[in-house]
Amino acid sequence: MNQTYAVTAVTVVVLATVLVGALGLRISRTTSDFYVASRTVKPALNAAAISGEYLSAASFLGIAGLVLLQGPEMLWYPVGYTAGHLVLLVLVAAPLRRSGAYTLSDFAEARLESAQVRRLASLFVVGIGWLYLLPQLQGAGLTLQILTGAPDWLGSVVVAVVVTGAVAAGGMRSITFVQAFQYWLKLTALLVPALFLVVAWAGDDAPRARFDAPAVFHKHTAVRVDDTVRVDFEEPLTLTVSGTVDGDRHKERPVALAEGTHRIEAGTTLGFPEGAEVPRRTAGGTDPFSWSQPLSGGRDGYRLYATYGLILATFLGTMGLPHVAVRFYTSPNGRAARRTTLVVLGLIGAFYLLPPVYGALGRIYAPELALTGTADAAVLVLPERIVGGLAGELLGALLAGGAFAAFLSTASGLTMSVAGVLTQDVLPSRGVRHFRLATLLAMAAPLALSVVATNMPVADAVGLAFAVSASSFCPLLILGIWWRGLTPPGATAGLVVGGGAALTAVMATRAGLAPEGWAHTLMAWPAVWSVPLGFGTMIGVSLATPRRIPVGAAATLARLHLPEGLVGRPQREGAPR
Amino acid sequence: MSAEQVPRRQVVTGVPRGTRRPPGHAPARSEISEQTTLGTTYVRSLMRSQLRAALYALGTLALLVGSLPLLFALPAALGGSPGSPEPFVWAALGVVVYPVMWLIARWYVRRAERNERDFSRLVEGR
Repeated sequence: MNQTYAVTAVTVVVLATVLVGALGLRISRTTSDFYVASRTVKPALNAAAISGEYLSAASFLGIAGLVLLQGPEMLWYPVGYTAGHLVLLVLVAAPLRRSGAYTLSDFAEARLESAQVRRLASLFVVGIGWLYLLPQLQGAGLTLQILTGAPDWLGSVVVAVVVTGAVAAGGMRSITFVQAFQYWLKLTALLVPALFLVVAWAGDDAPRARFDAPAVFHKHTAVRVDDTVRVDFEEPLTLTVSGTVDGDRHKERPVALAEGTHRIEAGTTLGFPEGAEVPRRTAGGTDPFSWSQPLSGGRDGYRLYATYGLILATFLGTMGLPHVAVRFYTSPNGRAARRTTLVVLGLIGAFYLLPPVYGALGRIYAPELALTGTADAAVLVLPERIVGGLAGELLGALLAGGAFAAFLSTASGLTMSVAGVLTQDVLPSRGVRHFRLATLLAMAAPLALSVVATNMPVADAVGLAFAVSASSFCPLLILGIWWRGLTPPGATAGLVVGGGAALTAVMATRAGLAPEGWAHTLMAWPAVWSVPLGFGTMIGVSLATPRRIPVGAAATLARLHLPEGLVGRPQREGAPR
Repeated sequence: MSAEQVPRRQVVTGVPRGTRRPPGHAPARSEISEQTTLGTTYVRSLMRSQLRAALYALGTLALLVGSLPLLFALPAALGGSPGSPEPFVWAALGVVVYPVMWLIARWYVRRAERNERDFSRLVEGR
């Protein structure tokens, strides 16, 4: 890919982000502007901002890559990301806004009147926020590396510096503009190339992608393998090899490989004939450039279980993501919060119509990405592959810019929310200056991790964040909003047991501690049992400690559910804490 | 909070209330703000109607979307031909679910706003 266009596109996106942020800074005058955009953001603007923030690199690049590798079942990811907002809308949106909570910790404290629960919730917010930031930074590094060959830490540092600058300088008001702008940028960057690609595909006699059989090479293809891999050939194949296969060096000559597993050294180039099946990488090697885990397992029972694990984690986990909750506070009232979420559903639903197109086209035109382990680059390489020429390069550059917008917007939302919690609960006094210091802290930790541990398998950190959030904050929010009997000890126990179980299970699987078979599947997809565990613990312990029900529980519930301006709202008149 | 007291300073957080309403003291309003048994009952009735709307929406979501994995697994489980339901999976997960979810959401928003309107009318005695 031509580096100049891609670098230009990324630079333009970064500059535009800084400019739009500066525009917000000029009108961001009061402290209230700074934290919550003075709570006056209209549904249309706020919904674009929420969507812009929510559609991360996992959506922009990851879904197409997964579809390329695994087929249409992977579309459960975008469906889950969207349905999460529907669940959020019907159970949480308006009451959360009316609670006057700025962060999830504020909600926990306002509802349960306990500083201890507040501190625990803050710990979870920061933890989930960092878990989610890490893959954004690493993804940025890898994208820049693929596009330009820059060292992989550079992209992380660029994103970190731009985001820290924009958040620390302009706060919520300017971030709202930045993220709304980035939603439309991402949609355009995915839509325009998709139209060209589909036209080119139709002009190419519309070959069909097959997912029930191994992918085949559409034409003669030379594939360079950048890391040492073991691959499985399902049938014997003769291909042109320059490099080392199974310990033998070859130089530009045809080699017949029997079926079975072969070891291909880093730097080897393989020339596949037209119609050859794409060999599969054998499992076991961690794939650093991927945001989500495939619904592995092979057997139908496992697969069904894994699908439901994914559904529960994404449907219920969205409401507990720190950057999603913060945005509701920028709506003027509960009714606007609901209408905003309705618009959000439309906007992200429209966006998610596009990644599957790239996934299916990638399966036809770029199947070797499965072999080189860079399936997430499918979106970036397709225009060059299918359209070609100057048009292909320009479209590729547009997509690169869109991918960077995805990293920037999600990272800024997460930084904003983590910094908000750090300002309130860790740093000594509140104020805009401390918020700026907190922004540095919020970004420094994941940046250091992503630079130090470049090859750490943080691949599915996003999925992990969803599972932990679904097992901890989801019970806290739902029970807190709809059940008077929730007590501080119950909430504490539920957060620790539910969230802790999900975290431990996934970490243990990652570390390879889980035994094969059902145990492995159960631990890799914990939501099916950890969400009920979180709910059960919270309800059980609350029932056992009925005398600890907060004194103001009834008044708080009334405040959460009554429309604003209806009643002299009981206690705590309107003032956000 | 008797009528003679100097009114507390109020922070205005919402749109101006209806102009016809007498200032401050429709009976139901003070019932609620003073958390009498009757006031609590008012709040509970609103919560119950809102929860019912939410559960209808979630039930529809579970029925229409949550049942899809089972539906996809059905042909294989029945021992039918392994000819996968692939086009159906593409159409369902790639396109159809999004408008369905949006319609559920719109139904819920209308229903929830109507519940709140009915409640306001009840409380303000209009």
